[in-house]
Amino acid sequence: MTPVLTILTAIPAVAALLVLLAGHRAHLARTVATLAAVASLALALWIWLGLSTDGAMTFVERSSWVPGLGIEYHLGVDGLGGLMLLLSAIVSLMAIAASTKVASQPGLYFALILLLESGLFGTFTALNFFHWFLFWELSLIPAFFLIKLWGGEGRGPAATQFFVYTMVGSVALLLAFLALFLATGSMDFQVLAQMASSGELATAIQTHLGRISMWLALAVLLGFAVKVPLMPFHTWLPATYSKAPTPVTMLLTGAMSKMGVYGLLRLALPIFGHELAQVRTPLLVMATLTVVAGAWAAVVQKDLKRVFAYSSVNHLGYCLLAIFAVALPAGPNEAIMLSQTAALDGVVLQMFNHGLTAAAIFWFLALLEERSGGLLGINDFGGLRKPAPVFCGLMGIALFSSLGLPGLNGFVSEFLIFRGVFPLSWLSATVSVLGLLITAAVILTVIQRVFSGPLPERWKSFPDLTTTERLDFAPVLLLMAALGLLPQLALGTINATMTHLLAGWRF
Amino acid sequence: MLAYTIYLSFAGALVLAVLPRAWARSARVFALLVALCGLAVGLAAYVSAGTQGSVAVADVAWVPAMGIHYTLAADGISRVLVLLTGLAAVAGILFSWNIGDKEGDRANEFFAFFLALIGGVYGVFLSVDLFLLFVFYEIAIVPKYFLIAIWGSTRREYGAMKLALYSFAGSAMVLIGLLAAYATAGSHTMNLHALAQYPFPVSFQMWAFPLVFTGFAILAGMWPFHTWAPTGHVAAPTAASMLLAGVVMKLGAYGCLRVAMTLFPHGLDPWGFSFLGINSWRTAFALFAVIGIIYGAAVALVQNDFKFVIGYSSVSHMGLVLLGLLTLTQIGLDGAVLQMFSHGILAGLLFATVGRIVYERTHTRDLGLLSKLQLGKAMPFAAWLFVIAGMASMGLPGFSGFVAEVQVLIGAWRAFPWFAVVAGVGIVVGVAYTWRAMQRAFFSDLPALDTNGNAVPVPEYEPVTWAEKAGVILLAGTSLLIGLYPRLLLDVIAPAVQALPHALLTGGRP
Amino acid sequence: MNGVNYSDLFFTTLPETILEVVSLLVLVVDLGLLRKSAQSTRMAVACTLGVLGSAFAILWLLVHPQAPSVADAALVATPLVAAAQIGILILTALVFLLSTKAKFSRNPGEFSAIVLLGTTGMMLVAAARDLLVIFVALELLSLSLYVLTAFAKSVAQSADAALKYYLFGGMSAALMLFGFSYLYGLTGTTSLSGIAKSLATQGVTPLLVVALVLVAAGLGFKVAAVPFHLWAPDTYQGAPAPVAALIASGSKVASFAVLIALTGGFITSSAYAQGSTWVVLLVWMAAGSIVLGNLGALVQTSVRRLLAYSAIAHAGYMLLGIAAHTEQSGAAVLYYALTYALTTVGAFGVIAIVERGAGSDRLDAFAGLSRRNPLLAGTMLIFLLSLAGIPPLVVFWAKFNLFAAVLRSPSASHWGLGLVATALGASAVSLYYYLQVLKRVYVLKPIETEPMPISTIELATLLFIALAVVLLGIFPGLLSAWIPLG
Repeated sequence: MTPVLTILTAIPAVAALLVLLAGHRAHLARTVATLAAVASLALALWIWLGLSTDGAMTFVERSSWVPGLGIEYHLGVDGLGGLMLLLSAIVSLMAIAASTKVASQPGLYFALILLLESGLFGTFTALNFFHWFLFWELSLIPAFFLIKLWGGEGRGPAATQFFVYTMVGSVALLLAFLALFLATGSMDFQVLAQMASSGELATAIQTHLGRISMWLALAVLLGFAVKVPLMPFHTWLPATYSKAPTPVTMLLTGAMSKMGVYGLLRLALPIFGHELAQVRTPLLVMATLTVVAGAWAAVVQKDLKRVFAYSSVNHLGYCLLAIFAVALPAGPNEAIMLSQTAALDGVVLQMFNHGLTAAAIFWFLALLEERSGGLLGINDFGGLRKPAPVFCGLMGIALFSSLGLPGLNGFVSEFLIFRGVFPLSWLSATVSVLGLLITAAVILTVIQRVFSGPLPERWKSFPDLTTTERLDFAPVLLLMAALGLLPQLALGTINATMTHLLAGWRF
Repeated sequence: MLAYTIYLSFAGALVLAVLPRAWARSARVFALLVALCGLAVGLAAYVSAGTQGSVAVADVAWVPAMGIHYTLAADGISRVLVLLTGLAAVAGILFSWNIGDKEGDRANEFFAFFLALIGGVYGVFLSVDLFLLFVFYEIAIVPKYFLIAIWGSTRREYGAMKLALYSFAGSAMVLIGLLAAYATAGSHTMNLHALAQYPFPVSFQMWAFPLVFTGFAILAGMWPFHTWAPTGHVAAPTAASMLLAGVVMKLGAYGCLRVAMTLFPHGLDPWGFSFLGINSWRTAFALFAVIGIIYGAAVALVQNDFKFVIGYSSVSHMGLVLLGLLTLTQIGLDGAVLQMFSHGILAGLLFATVGRIVYERTHTRDLGLLSKLQLGKAMPFAAWLFVIAGMASMGLPGFSGFVAEVQVLIGAWRAFPWFAVVAGVGIVVGVAYTWRAMQRAFFSDLPALDTNGNAVPVPEYEPVTWAEKAGVILLAGTSLLIGLYPRLLLDVIAPAVQALPHALLTGGRP
Repeated sequence: MNGVNYSDLFFTTLPETILEVVSLLVLVVDLGLLRKSAQSTRMAVACTLGVLGSAFAILWLLVHPQAPSVADAALVATPLVAAAQIGILILTALVFLLSTKAKFSRNPGEFSAIVLLGTTGMMLVAAARDLLVIFVALELLSLSLYVLTAFAKSVAQSADAALKYYLFGGMSAALMLFGFSYLYGLTGTTSLSGIAKSLATQGVTPLLVVALVLVAAGLGFKVAAVPFHLWAPDTYQGAPAPVAALIASGSKVASFAVLIALTGGFITSSAYAQGSTWVVLLVWMAAGSIVLGNLGALVQTSVRRLLAYSAIAHAGYMLLGIAAHTEQSGAAVLYYALTYALTTVGAFGVIAIVERGAGSDRLDAFAGLSRRNPLLAGTMLIFLLSLAGIPPLVVFWAKFNLFAAVLRSPSASHWGLGLVATALGASAVSLYYYLQVLKRVYVLKPIETEPMPISTIELATLLFIALAVVLLGIFPGLLSAWIPLG
């Protein structure tokens, strides 16, 4: 059986080496990078279509690596992973396409982006902690350097802050999994999940390490809370998103933040579901806070990048909300399980949708920035509808998707989340609706300030989207519409996977 | 066949010593050939021996009346370390390729001393007769002195003398222990295995063990006897620092395991009473090791001299090795030996970057000055090399250090839980100081404008030579290879550790 | 003294006789035939004759079987004694070879003759087992050395050193004779074996203690042990280089040979095995020498004085071996003495060359020697590292062997480990001052850069000694035919 997943992860890595050799030839570097990204996308799509329909792991690869430490080369993909692979491929391609003007060392730049993509692929297919962690860290390093070397003013401290926060989270994860290994002798996610649901894990931890399961769960949670982020661990995000070069922000918000949510779904809930259920209420509070405060913070921002940075916090807050709400110890209650499944479906879909949408929005912002000569304040623009109608129209689609307009993809996922969370925790769901309202306000404000209103003199000749750019955006926006109108394109596989996973979880 | 590593090195040293001064360029080529032959022999022996136990290499009577034999043998641990020596030797010579370019470089003598040192190191790793081991151990001291005193930099004479005296003092302590053991066991033999089986009285082991262990641990850079290491490493020329931190410190750790712990395992037993929570030499030395880990890391964090950062980081990493040895578990010992290999390679890489690639060109090691030189742009090769080496040194998964550190931590957790926690903290501090050094040296946020508003030009430096590239590929490639497939080494180390005396693998329980 | 077999006596002392005949021959040749020749020729001839004489003596010792003891056991000829004698002769020959080009004396014939006489004294001392014979032989040796020390008539330091040496030496000889007289009084015999038998039946009396102390003083002076070492630095510094070499090498070997014999004589009975006064004296002298010798050398700037203090330290190590008084430790001490002496002769040879070329023996004179004369520097490297005890050079073996023997000796169970540990620690310190010289030779920039002149014969001799040091270090078994190891 061909090791498809290994090949998928290897394509961007190998391409990165090739791109490095391109050195200063920007055009060549970008071409090679684009080709690699397209190839990855094609393969990711093929994988998605080849997923098994019952939600179990497909394309599994296993070989022994360091048996003494429970380290095994174990890869596999199900609906959750497969969708993330697709997302990573799409967002990477978008980021490469958006990188039209790289100030210096283009070879290195594109190599780092490709390495990051490789890291993403690896994280989403790994089923053993060792190389999951390897790729987790592997994506961190290129991100750091991309921010540090090509970012805007004040990029240094932003990059360092990003690094430190993520590193602390990583260390917490590492320690927790080392402890799990000490207790169980295994680092395999599936084995650990199985042990957790049968109750063996708790006993093993108790016997070998004492009563520290809650601490381990919190450590794992910390690792992901920093990444998503969950308030109050989000303070690194606004600075990083705004100081990073915009294509990198696309990657950060589009794909990297999803690593955190993925981690919660793949690691935290299956292995530590029981412990998380015990602290469900505080977690729900924090998630709700993330939703509402994230949206509220977006309102007061004056810089467009920061607006959407906080908006990302808000959108991912819904995912967190759903995840924590799902951690409900209830018997085999049909209704509860349906709600849980709906919520989880919503989370997965939201991951994809938000990734797509946020990446698209930031791409538009990059174009705005380029055309305006570096300005990105919310008040710097106005009335752009007249000189650049296509631009505003297409950006509007993306913005409305972010708002959650029915007919576009954003609506479906948010609907599913609320559909699922309401029965599970009506209070947090109700309060989170505020988030929806505030987000609507934010988006509409942006549209009003940027697209409509009086047109300042200097923007009279604001260039509209070129043909290339229109062609670039078209598939993205079409996908948004397609998922909005025909969500079962993705939901079929997702639902099968989440049902399969949920059956194995014990709270 | 493995013995040829020793013979070739010494023969090469001798030839180089008598080579005419004018043949400086040939000297380095010759030295490289000798080192490559040594590496080839080591590699061939490693591959052909596979995972089997001890491979006998030579056994000749030397002074039969005293029971001293010229006995060489290599078990898995020795084979791994011989491989490390070969790699470090070749890399060291590659990174010293510029010696001999100038008149007065004394290239012949440099490479002669270098090869003599390598020969001594090979000898220690291959000796099974304790007297022979001691002889090779001592032989290695003098070339170190001269390498640093003649070709070194900062305070080289002081650094060289300190290193030589500390090493010699350590070896004096070892000799006392060995003599005492020899005499107590009836003066028939100095063979390691024979003496290991002799039932030394526990009271004897209780003082002989700490004496011999400390003697070797001085060379391994154990706190508080580590002070020679940063001074010595900084003073030494690049190749010597690479060897010192990479291989010579491992001699000390090897001696701790092979001599002190194997001969006197009951020296590790609990004393029967407890003093400030310490109840045995094992705990005491483990405490020192852990202090070394934290102390080395903390001091590295505040250094302004780039090389000092690496020097103190070596102290910290060696503390981890010693901790691993003292866990007395299979996994801890495996991790300690793997860490010896991994750190050997990485220390070489780090010193090469700082000393050869950066210092040779910028003539400064001060982090403050370096941060003004935009080295990330001026020397991208060096910058990214340091990123990779630094990540590896931090213990990033995918490089050799990660598996080793995890193994040591797991072993330490089983033996001394609190020490494992502190060691973990030390590793985290390791991330910090590596990061700090990397930031300041290569990627500082220097504004691209000077006080007049003019763009500060990126300084130009000589391009990276082929020798430097080759050395980098060799070392970084090895670290990556072992990081991705650690079984290449672990499959050889684990059986060798298994074959150690039983008392060493059962957490100290007899 | 009946039944002295005179023919045995003649043949046993034939080597000494050869030496004396040659010494007379040298005087005749030099004063008679070569009166008009150049100084250098005279010196060369005198030294050559000296070498030949030693060679013949060695030959005789190797070839002719010797009676084990003669003259009522006044002289013995055990294999160890033979080894010591051959060693002494070789050392003398080497000193001669190194002084062929020396210019310090206008009386080469006398020089050579007195050296040969001194050597005769050394050989007799090694073989002597009777108090009177010991004393006479020691005096022959000492008087020769006093005179030789003053031989550099143009240098005031030489006469100064000789005077100090003479006064000290004369006094200690007197003390030793005094002690011998008490021993005679206590036991009624001057033969060592007789003394041993007699002391075995007596208890420890104050008179015995006094006698032993006096004897220890006398011999301690000869080997330059603390507290009788004060003459050594000045003498080593003032005497002409070959003479200093001889004092440091041959005379040491002889003195230790006699110490071994005396110790065997004083403590053969088990009644004296524990806490014997003699052992206590030796141990204290040893400890003092080890500590003071090494500490004193740390601050020296003159290489000769440095070697003098180092000699004191090495004497301390050897005294430990004597104090352990087993057969193996005795052999080990002899082995140590011979190999140490060999190395020292080489070191002084190098010093002579450097003094000739650079004018002084201060540390600075050695600066840059590795550039000025790489071979010479290489030999100095070997000699000094050997003295420091670095393997695989011969003195390392000697130390290892000696300390192993000390630890194994039953009477050393109380003090053995502690003192061996001290000795090894002090050895570690000693590396510092040896490296100081080597630092000048190899590391520091030269003050002058012209090549250091050296004649072929001197270079060949030094290379030979260096080679011997290395070979004996790698194959210590080479000497085991004469001196058993282990």
